Amino acid sequence: MSKVLIFAEFSHGQLKKGALELLSAARSAGLHATAVLLGTGAKTTAQQLGAWGVSEALVGDNAGFDQYNPEIFATTVAQAIKDSGADVVLASSTMMARDLFPRVAAKLDTAVVGDCTELSLKGDVTARRPLFSGKCTAGVSFTTSGPKIILMRANQLPVGDAGTASAVALKELPAPTTGGLGTLVKAVVKGTSEKLDLTEANIIVAGGRGLKEAANFKLLNDLADVCGATVGASRAVVDAGWVPHTIQVGQTGKTVAPSLYIAVGISGAIQHLAGMSGSKVIVAINKDANAPIFQKATYGIVGDLFEVVPALTQEFKAIL
Amino acid sequence: MKIFVCIKQVPDTETKIKLKPDGSGVDFAGVKWVMNPYDEFAVEEAIKTREAGKATNVTVLSVGPKTRIVETLRTAMAMGADDAIAIDAADDLDSISTARALAAAIKAEGEYGMVLTGKLAIDDNAASVGQMVAEFLNIPHATVVSKIELADSATVERETEGGTKEILELKKPMLIAANKGLNMPRYASLPGIMKAKKKPIKELTLDGLGVTATATRVKHVAYQLPAEKPPVKMLDGDFSAQAKTLAQLLRSEAKVL
Ligand SMILES: Cc1cc2nc3c(=O)[nH]c(=O)nc-3n(C[C@H](O)[C@H](O)[C@H](O)COP(=O)(O)OP(=O)(O)OC[C@H]3O[C@@H](n4cnc5c(N)ncnc54)[C@H](O)[C@@H]3O)c2cc1C
Repeated sequence: MSKVLIFAEFSHGQLKKGALELLSAARSAGLHATAVLLGTGAKTTAQQLGAWGVSEALVGDNAGFDQYNPEIFATTVAQAIKDSGADVVLASSTMMARDLFPRVAAKLDTAVVGDCTELSLKGDVTARRPLFSGKCTAGVSFTTSGPKIILMRANQLPVGDAGTASAVALKELPAPTTGGLGTLVKAVVKGTSEKLDLTEANIIVAGGRGLKEAANFKLLNDLADVCGATVGASRAVVDAGWVPHTIQVGQTGKTVAPSLYIAVGISGAIQHLAGMSGSKVIVAINKDANAPIFQKATYGIVGDLFEVVPALTQEFKAIL
Repeated sequence: MKIFVCIKQVPDTETKIKLKPDGSGVDFAGVKWVMNPYDEFAVEEAIKTREAGKATNVTVLSVGPKTRIVETLRTAMAMGADDAIAIDAADDLDSISTARALAAAIKAEGEYGMVLTGKLAIDDNAASVGQMVAEFLNIPHATVVSKIELADSATVERETEGGTKEILELKKPMLIAANKGLNMPRYASLPGIMKAKKKPIKELTLDGLGVTATATRVKHVAYQLPAEKPPVKMLDGDFSAQAKTLAQLLRSEAKVL
């Protein structure tokens, strides 16, 4: 049986959904995973893990871990993996994890696979991931004798219910190194959005050139507000300066895989599809019945978005 | 100060991907190859830095089948890079072996001030080689960078989740992985293309760099094309009927609301 270490991200004392997905997966495979938590509040947050079948956590409850610094994190995490003797390391494929784990893997002379969409922890650990912008997928075959590091894309694994609480033994990690660093975090400018990031969002409402002008994104914001969605966009409208690049979906933007993706006035160019075709349910609203987006859609509405979107907002309001 | 830029040759985004019949990999016959789009930002930034008088030389490096990757190295030199290093390897070499080879090649060249690369390659989406090269060179790194100010150290801006921006200061030498937005990559000019033909390409092997080609740590297997999606359900009626039906289907059929 694998010895699994889960890198569990949390904020304000709450485990992130991506972490819960991994904890659920390990628990349903009958594994007693060890967790790593870094940052202020790690100790108290770790106590929640008992309900997820975790009996041991490695904690760095230190403000020195509150802000991600690649050098500090790589040293700490590589050491924690080594000391734990884990042969499988799981993390959610967040921006932080994707920056961090390749460096950790290099330190440990092992492999890391990012942005996986399938994971099986029963018997030999296996994973699959999309390649060539989702034009195909491939299985991952580890040839390393070191730990296998797997980063899972968000929203791919179900989150179970928390079980009954039980005690979690805490092991404290050494304080972060401060001397001799080549990397200094000078400032962190928080984004204006209170909403979930696109890569974590369960519902995304995305707009394209069909919206005609920047001000019309209000229609999407209204729809997003009633269903708790995050707003995304095509590159055409990002390039036009209507919305920031941070919300661009696609090959040169973000890769997303929400449960529901509503594409409004987006034609469905291959580079856009590359970023969202992994979504579970895709709704396309477009006035052109031949728009390529309909080939990827689950449900399609041919119509004028300026009529359909407000009507949909009303319908959502009525049922949600 | 020398700058090294690690670039990868990838299939053009519009290329149709065909699999080998046994699923062991991709059939690359007929594929059009281009420079990984994010690496174009890295090459542009290196050339701009040299043009601003902050660097003396820009070397581009690539790992892959030699006869193929020299084309992309020539493209980078046509944009303005001074010289190139081609490291011959199979096209499915894993990230860590690729990074080892790149780091060894850079080390062998002596002093340098900065290593640039793209934030990820659009073919395998590994987003790993940059950070691994930095580790093997024992230098700081930053990925997903959309702004660089270079002085005695580099001050970089990187985007993270939810539009948050981190400003990092990296001591020299450092590795920086470029995101879209860093600059606007130039096109190779005709004179540039002519000049590039005469620029030197050094050819290296994995063996020569002390990297064992078979000592990879992971490989991709059992390739599959995505499952066929069931055909789209088009919703009839006027807009209010369509909206009503959609809300119901999302709730009761798709169960995503
Ligand atoms: C290297 C490269 C990378 C790229 N990366 C990305 C990327 O990351 N993300 C991305 O999105 N694109 C990317 N693109 C651009 C991509 O090719 C398309 O140009 C872009 O996605 C088009 O955006 P759009 O669908 O909003 O606009 P359009 O293609 O112009 O589509 C607008 C749609 O709105 C519909 N419409 C108009 N009016 C209405 C109305 N009243 N009601 C309903 N529908 C209406 C139209 O029928 C049309 O289908 C990339 C391109 C390249 C070359």
